[in-house]
Amino acid sequence: MSRAVLLLAAALFVVLLAAVPAALLLDLPYLLFLFQQLAILATAAVGLNLVLGYAGLPAFGHAAFVGIGSYTVGILATELPGTLFTSAWVQLPLAAALAGLVAALIGAVSLRTRGVAFLMITLAFGQMLYFAAVALERYGGDDGMILVAPSRLGEQNLSRGVLSYTISVAVLAVALYVSFRLMRSPFGTVLRGAAANERRMQAVGVAVHRYRIGAFAASGALCGIAGVLLANHTAFISPATLAWTRSVELAVMVLLGGAGTLFGPLFGAAAFVLLEEVLSGVTEHWRIVFGPLLLLVVLAAPGGIAGLLGRQSND
Amino acid sequence: MTLFLEQALNGLQLGVLLFLLSAGLTLVFGIMGIVNLAHGSLYMLGAYFAVTFTGWTGSFLLGALAALLATVIVGIVLERVAIRGLYDRPHLEQVLGTFGLILFFNEGARLVFGPAGLSLAPPAWLSGQVTLLPGVVYPSYRLAVLVAGIAAAGGMYWLVARTRAGMLLRAAAANRNMAEALGVNSRLLFLAVFALGAGLSGLAGILAAPLLTVRVGMGEEVLLLAFVVVVIGGIGSIRGALVAALLIGVLDTLGRAYLPGALRFAFAGPVADAVGPALSSMLIYFAMAVVLVVRPRGLFPTSARTDVAA
Repeated sequence: MSRAVLLLAAALFVVLLAAVPAALLLDLPYLLFLFQQLAILATAAVGLNLVLGYAGLPAFGHAAFVGIGSYTVGILATELPGTLFTSAWVQLPLAAALAGLVAALIGAVSLRTRGVAFLMITLAFGQMLYFAAVALERYGGDDGMILVAPSRLGEQNLSRGVLSYTISVAVLAVALYVSFRLMRSPFGTVLRGAAANERRMQAVGVAVHRYRIGAFAASGALCGIAGVLLANHTAFISPATLAWTRSVELAVMVLLGGAGTLFGPLFGAAAFVLLEEVLSGVTEHWRIVFGPLLLLVVLAAPGGIAGLLGRQSND
Repeated sequence: MTLFLEQALNGLQLGVLLFLLSAGLTLVFGIMGIVNLAHGSLYMLGAYFAVTFTGWTGSFLLGALAALLATVIVGIVLERVAIRGLYDRPHLEQVLGTFGLILFFNEGARLVFGPAGLSLAPPAWLSGQVTLLPGVVYPSYRLAVLVAGIAAAGGMYWLVARTRAGMLLRAAAANRNMAEALGVNSRLLFLAVFALGAGLSGLAGILAAPLLTVRVGMGEEVLLLAFVVVVIGGIGSIRGALVAALLIGVLDTLGRAYLPGALRFAFAGPVADAVGPALSSMLIYFAMAVVLVVRPRGLFPTSARTDVAA
């Protein structure tokens, strides 16, 4: 990994941490709100990167896994308020397991196809879950629902505030560490090898399919965790979280930052969130600038931000 | 029975519009290897142009013609400026780039045509109803859309199967490298294919404009349907697109019309009312997933290289 990449990643974390005293001293709660959104989206992007970047599979429906995490929090808060099930210690693992399981199932079916067909079938499953969320009439249907009880953490909870913010940043750091370890492991080596040359990997005697399903599960679980944090962050859960455009946005973050690199998703999420913030401050029609900018990034810098900062080794 | 016939005709009419949309998409997919999310934007532009130009000229036919021309011009510019750079890129990068184009076109449309939805009245000579069978009346504009769509599909068939340009097109769809080696100017061909696709998509938008509210975001709704059609039909196959478009059009329309009612037999009223609409929306995606699992290359597989490339 090039030095510039490491420096930028370290700088981003310093900024994320320094935001706490800055927001408190200067009385800028919005700063924490914005940066927490950044950290949560970056966590989901780190998850997506496992499939999209390392395994090289064009998955197109990951917003659904974020949605599963969010709806887990929302449904538990509505159905079992004041019980053990509104504790973050229960919700986080439960959401991760649920999203991971659904992701593994979807992966197992989708991986029977290749290329564009794979892209489309993951999209189809994403849409199915989207409409499933719309069908949850009891939980607001199309309109969504307000989160009545944020995830509890001891005496406090995960709604807005410094604790919630710190946890989101810590989760991002853990997600990055997991991604780092996974990709250094034999598991990651198989995934990357299969992305480079699937036939050769199979000739070596590796059951590539199983590893890819594993990558889907891990990726879905990380997205589910991000979904729990997101539901607490916005205190609102709706099918819009699962919309296909959200899946594209997540993919945009990964590619913008540099797919298949460790810190790429972090850079991409930061660039996406900050650009949106700055441009939308200038004009309400910011998308007219942002859209062509995306196209320009693809055309001029296919390796994303991490690619611009220097060629790296395999991670 | 009357209602069923009407719903079936509605389904066919949606199928015809979907065919116009997906014929271009499948060619661009199959021949150029491009996943073009902005295809739906051309449909939206066609509809907006139709409203605007009909307002200017006072004639639906003149307005439609001008709108068609304008959409094709936008398509040509789009290919020159943006799409050209995306050939031979991984599909995900194409998704990212063309998603940027969607943002651009949506925001552009909001700026130029205003944030409110627009509506277009069908021309006076098509605003009545036709009696198809004794007791079965159907809006004449919807019937005209069906006829125009079938005519356009016939024109496509003639172009692809009977002309020299169509021969080159089929050659390139089957094996692009070989066609190039035999002297087909692929750059020109790509431009022509993209312009054709833009025109068909724009035509779908023009025909649909009097049937719905013309607004930002209408492109994305049909885009996903068109993708489903393309994938079910087999990427690059026009025949597949035709069959799948009619299939999806009828399935979606009949599903929306009858599934909620059918569910009421199985579940209590409120449950059926809640699940019905969502389930019928899910129906076509479910169909696509099943087709892909059973026949990963679609109903009418072509040898287009996009099936294998990641």
